[in-house]
Amino acid sequence: MATKKFMYLNRKAPYGTVYALESLEVVLIAAAFEQDVSLAFIDDGVYQIVKDQNTDGIGMKNFSKTYHALGDYDINQLFVSAESLKERGLSADDLMPLVYEDEDDDWAEKPSVKIVSNAELKELMSEQDVCLSF
Amino acid sequence: MLHTVNKSVFERNSLQSCLNTIDDSSVILLIEDGVISAAKHTKSALLADLAAAGRVFALQGDVEARGISSKLADNIKLVDYEGFVDLVVEHGTAVSWV
Repeated sequence: MATKKFMYLNRKAPYGTVYALESLEVVLIAAAFEQDVSLAFIDDGVYQIVKDQNTDGIGMKNFSKTYHALGDYDINQLFVSAESLKERGLSADDLMPLVYEDEDDDWAEKPSVKIVSNAELKELMSEQDVCLSF
Repeated sequence: MLHTVNKSVFERNSLQSCLNTIDDSSVILLIEDGVISAAKHTKSALLADLAAAGRVFALQGDVEARGISSKLADNIKLVDYEGFVDLVVEHGTAVSWV
């Protein structure tokens, strides 16, 4: 099967709507088909990978832990909009330290998250075969 | 009156619509994605005056779920579900800005 470049655009905060969780499910399916998958977090989507999420008080599953597993599925390109972070008073330090092991570099642990400008994101999107927005 | 807002200020104008029509004695409770409006960011000035007057609440469970406990704007009061019920009892008619 030919490999295509898939980008998943995540625009919604977690828990209030089901978009974030559904996106994560579909991302994992695409990874199972060994496609070239990347994720972009823009607008309130940046809250999906904010650290210290604790859902004990709302009786919902804390699926933020699942993002840590993406590296094991060879999903190691997580782009975050710098503008969206700034608008929300957030910085790189507020995000979960998501990493992957680079098989081409003796399995060295490397960060999966890259903060990019909207201009860079525009370029990345134009390189995709498929963009799916959630 | 008690006004509840459950949408992010970055996503919808529910909070703005609420603020446009709120009277001098009503309070606002931010719930679900509405708690994002309670964080310190470029839109937090919208609520600052009401919060300073002690009239802005946020549901603690929703705040913690989104990892923004340490990011709250000044003077936002946290309540749990029991506190939610108390607000309903105390303020009578509830308006839900969805």
